[in-house]
Amino acid sequence: MKKLLTGNEAIARGAWEAGVKVCTAYPGTPSTEITENAASYSEMYAEWSPNEKVALEVGLGAAISGGRALVAMKHVGVNVAADPLFTLAYTGINAGLVLVSADDPGMHSSQNEQDNRNFGKAAKIPVLEPSDSQEAKEFTKIAFELSEAFDTPVMLRTTTRVAHSQSLVELEPRQEIPLKNYEKNIQKYVMMPGFARPRHVAVEARLEKLMEYAETCSLNRMELRQRQLGIIASGAVYQYVREVLPNASTLKLGMTYPLPRKLIEEFAGQVENLYVIEELDPFIEDQLKAWGIKVHGKDTFPLVGEILPEIIQEKLGSTYGQNKNEPENTESSDNFLHIPVRPPVMCPGCPHRGLFYILNKLKLTVTGDIGCYTLGAQAPHHAMDTTICMGASIGAAIGMEKARGKEFARKLVAVIGDSTFIHSGITGLIDAVYNKATTTVIILDNRTTAMTGHQNNPLNGRTIKGEATKEVNLPLLAKAVGVDRVVEVDPFNLTELETIIKQELAAEEPSVIICKRPCALLAKNPDKPCHVIPEMCIGCLRCMKLGCPCIIKVDKKVRINATQCVGCNLCASVCPNGAIGKEGNANE
Amino acid sequence: MPMNETKNILIVGVGGQGTILASRVLSTVLQKIGLDVKVSEIHGMSQRGGSVVTQVRYGQSVSSPIIPKGQADIILAFEKLEALRWLPTLKKEGIILINDQRIDPMPVIIGAAEYPEALDYIRSKVKNVLVINALAAAQEAGNAKAVNIVLLGLLARHMNIDHSLWLETIEETVPAKFLQVNLKAFEAGYNTAENIANI
Repeated sequence: MKKLLTGNEAIARGAWEAGVKVCTAYPGTPSTEITENAASYSEMYAEWSPNEKVALEVGLGAAISGGRALVAMKHVGVNVAADPLFTLAYTGINAGLVLVSADDPGMHSSQNEQDNRNFGKAAKIPVLEPSDSQEAKEFTKIAFELSEAFDTPVMLRTTTRVAHSQSLVELEPRQEIPLKNYEKNIQKYVMMPGFARPRHVAVEARLEKLMEYAETCSLNRMELRQRQLGIIASGAVYQYVREVLPNASTLKLGMTYPLPRKLIEEFAGQVENLYVIEELDPFIEDQLKAWGIKVHGKDTFPLVGEILPEIIQEKLGSTYGQNKNEPENTESSDNFLHIPVRPPVMCPGCPHRGLFYILNKLKLTVTGDIGCYTLGAQAPHHAMDTTICMGASIGAAIGMEKARGKEFARKLVAVIGDSTFIHSGITGLIDAVYNKATTTVIILDNRTTAMTGHQNNPLNGRTIKGEATKEVNLPLLAKAVGVDRVVEVDPFNLTELETIIKQELAAEEPSVIICKRPCALLAKNPDKPCHVIPEMCIGCLRCMKLGCPCIIKVDKKVRINATQCVGCNLCASVCPNGAIGKEGNANE
Repeated sequence: MPMNETKNILIVGVGGQGTILASRVLSTVLQKIGLDVKVSEIHGMSQRGGSVVTQVRYGQSVSSPIIPKGQADIILAFEKLEALRWLPTLKKEGIILINDQRIDPMPVIIGAAEYPEALDYIRSKVKNVLVINALAAAQEAGNAKAVNIVLLGLLARHMNIDHSLWLETIEETVPAKFLQVNLKAFEAGYNTAENIANI
């Protein structure tokens, strides 16, 4: 039976079919749906881990003890998990372990576009790259076989287009794999220097064998067509090449580390002009050049962003293509009209909105973090100075204070979400206490991991499967690490929020302000919409500083879009003239 | 429908408008008639009111999930500005179906940009334009949230696929308690008085 699946659904299905026992992850676009789907199969244990490092550690425990494990994360998550990864490459795994790295060329939803094939090479583990959903499932299963055959963790690298595109997948039954024997083996699994040295020798020997495997494995495939042009490609780019240049010969690489030297040399000898088309880094190209193979790549194609079919058409289509594309229908509309961009915005009723209104009003320096609240950097709030990575807000605030002094810190706050705080904010907070900073940390507790689509987390008392569990007591946690000033506030109460922020900024010690209110998209029963009493509105536009998508300016006054408004009342609380209320006709 | 070539449908709108459900029904219907289907959907922050785009491609065998510029046979636009933004993707003889709804993006809300006269411009550039008020039709069907299914009905009218297959797929996709409203909404879109010749 064939089913239309996203790449992420197909990976979860592949893990299930491969008899996987344990699936772990920290949510991150474009990887999140892998583990959400994995959790729907009752035969597999699944969890949201507090961060990617823990996810990989749980996965490696499962694998070393004999159960197959799938660990999924976005590309930047691998930075967090890199510590266990590099040493796991030395110990090997016993039962199969597959690490999914979901990269995001083009940065649809990320802070950078690093190319994680480099991690595969640096850790000396194989990297597989599926090009559609059918391959996402197949390669997941092959990755487990490969992992066990070579006793190595395997990286399955996807990109946003593979992860989030849907295509037809042939479904197969689950293969029940019995637990492998677990035997204590100190020399193999305790990586102190004396035991690690021989393991490094084993890693290099394994890599040699993997190179041999790459030459003949089914993952790599030479497709000879017209010999004038030969293209080496992997992942989604292979599909684009087939579309744009159907007559070109292709070497499709399903395994991009280690590379099959003989196969590539054979292909190079068969074609007149050889190109590597790969997104981001010249990962394949550099290796070919090191082997002395004459090849085009980044001299023609960009290092930055996605390589979409239209770029391949533009670069090679006129020389080698069929030129089947009809002329474009219109010139880009942008040439004639200024088309306003439509950036994502904080939703109507978002509990973050009031905070950024106040931070802007107080003109504070704000070190920010990763989550929906990063939108606080945009107009009209502009209330964020830095966003680097998960958890960086607190360390950055400490560093600013240590460089510029306590006076500067009186106008400085760190802003971080609940899930991000658990991920890697707590260590920064410990640093603030331990090293005597006066940092004011604002934790936005909206009871969920919102931006990736509402995943449960250790602060909301629910597991990935929705079961009740203990929840972390955030105020107690802050107190336990030595923060004496911990205060909770409802971010819809702007007056109280402003007073508390001023008071904690003035304190000569670290403080934690917990803004607690559930994400607006989780609130089941929205309140009655607000409306503007036209004769009372003086057109001061103060409410528009909230950046609410429901408030529209019409003829020098404001109006509220009643179909979107959830009645959070923030606009009423900033209106100086009492012109916004809830009674009467809400649709005017 | 000659199926040797790949056909392309682009669905565009604003996060929260329900484009994803509409594309799910569409792709399931295409799969049921035995075609190869690929769908590309960029999401992530799309729930927060940003632009959302779904690309649906179908035929005997489809490679890339991405519609090249100027190759969309039909654009189904849930919002006027988004219709304008994606117009360059439309084929010369393609059809653009537009919901007559304006959702101001943040630059317009804060006065940094003007909301353009999208419909006038689109009509001046392409022949096959159809604009409907899907919100009114959805309200008439019983739920303002069924705008997406009204628009799906409008799209179905312009595709040569058995009517009952759409109904059957909607029934399998939407929760039972919303089924009647959605079926009514689908018919409202399907039976829109005006239409453009079938492709």
